[in-house]
Amino acid sequence: MKYRSVFDIIGPVMVGPSSSHTAGPVRIGQIARRLFDAQPEKVVVRLYGSFAETYKGHASDVAVIGGILNYETDDPRIPESLVTAMDLGIDVTFLKEEAIPEHPNTMKISMTKGDDKLDIAAISIGGGVVRITELNGFPLKLSGENPAILVFHKDVYGVIAGVASNLAMNKINISGMNVSRIEKGDVALMTIETDQPVSHNLINAITKMENIIRVITLNE
Amino acid sequence: MFKNVQELVQQAESQKKKLYEIMIDQETELTERSRKEVISAMDRQFQVMKSSAMKGIEGVTSYSGMTGGDAKKVDEYIRNGKYLTDPILLKAVSYAISINEVNASMGLICASPTAGSSGVLPAVVLAVQEKLGMDDEQAMLHLFTAGAFGFVIANNAFISGAAGGCQAEIGSASAMAAAAAVEMAGGTPNQAAHAMAMALKNMLGLTCDPLAGLVEVPCIKRNAAGASNAIMAAEMALAGVESKVPWDEVISSMYNIGLLMPVTLRETSLAGLAATETGKMWKEKLL
Repeated sequence: MKYRSVFDIIGPVMVGPSSSHTAGPVRIGQIARRLFDAQPEKVVVRLYGSFAETYKGHASDVAVIGGILNYETDDPRIPESLVTAMDLGIDVTFLKEEAIPEHPNTMKISMTKGDDKLDIAAISIGGGVVRITELNGFPLKLSGENPAILVFHKDVYGVIAGVASNLAMNKINISGMNVSRIEKGDVALMTIETDQPVSHNLINAITKMENIIRVITLNE
Repeated sequence: MFKNVQELVQQAESQKKKLYEIMIDQETELTERSRKEVISAMDRQFQVMKSSAMKGIEGVTSYSGMTGGDAKKVDEYIRNGKYLTDPILLKAVSYAISINEVNASMGLICASPTAGSSGVLPAVVLAVQEKLGMDDEQAMLHLFTAGAFGFVIANNAFISGAAGGCQAEIGSASAMAAAAAVEMAGGTPNQAAHAMAMALKNMLGLTCDPLAGLVEVPCIKRNAAGASNAIMAAEMALAGVESKVPWDEVISSMYNIGLLMPVTLRETSLAGLAATETGKMWKEKLL
């Protein structure tokens, strides 16, 4: 199911003019910010397909930056977000890409702060609903609707079972799970969506487990 | 959980419930929120719809400066009393334009199912509410009726212009609104489904080719078309007219047509109205 809730259809309440090109980018920006967990110094947004052709008219630029500033889809400050970002010292670049994407509404965001870097690719599928499709080069499926944890780990046996049983012991139900890797035996990424939020203590416990490199939470 | 219109209607008929009750039940089950919470969340959407329907009538101008003021014109026309059709139809037209003008001004709206088509459903629900003298609480519940059909369309086809053209946006919105209008008027789930199918059929093949890529021309007036089409389909369904093509087959045909539609006509402003001399002029001017 691409759409789960009636409020995916009757909603979101938002600043116009486009749910896929304005509200969607706000949500993509929000997720990027939550994944990065800091105010970036530099943001590069690459726009593909319909986004590339129409982003200015749909205010997708102010929308995605609004999201990165943690605004909601109905925040009246969205139209001024580029000015606000400049005032905050965030260096913002938009690049219109020629490549034809798999989904017509695709954007990639690179954020940096000092040595920290985050790259995501995301699609806006309509009605303000978005999906993150890539994280630091890893393909992933993440709705952004449920609490989620992203676990970077060494690609060896037993890691997935270890994390899953740790969640089970804490009575957390896994609603969706996906594992991807770029090369066998190297770094892998486990994406786990859960019905319940995952506590900081549990995140720390998972981070300390053997073969775990980094854990990112996306609690709602 | 219902996956298609057939299942939705069957569930309503076998449980002898309104369609909106089936949607509310599914939502409470899915989100583990109470019925009261879900209804009050919908009431917030309804309030935003109402205020956007009223705001544009006062006269707004779009962010780009290309459009605005038409809802006000239609409202004044209604007040003059010299119109050709039922005032409720004209009310729906003025609300639909109003909401989409507010949307184009970067004002606050509720997407239903999208922002570009956000005028259709509220326009129909508010106009029918006035006609029937229904209270707010009762009228608002029918957003769940519309949501149930939108849920099926979104999961079995698409609701974005970039993916499926305008038929996926205004077409879906019109189909959802038609079903809501039937249920508001006391029609059966079966009639609501026929209204949905007839409204959607009338919108098949519509492309998404707005000037300069903005959600303004032809989107604003097409919201009025979607609302009028929904009321017409609802009236036909209430009269006992049925869709010859089964409900879910109409939805899959919308999907197939969208897949066949060239990318130039799917919200890229590369063809159609966007590629006219006027379209190019606006693109030059604004982008």
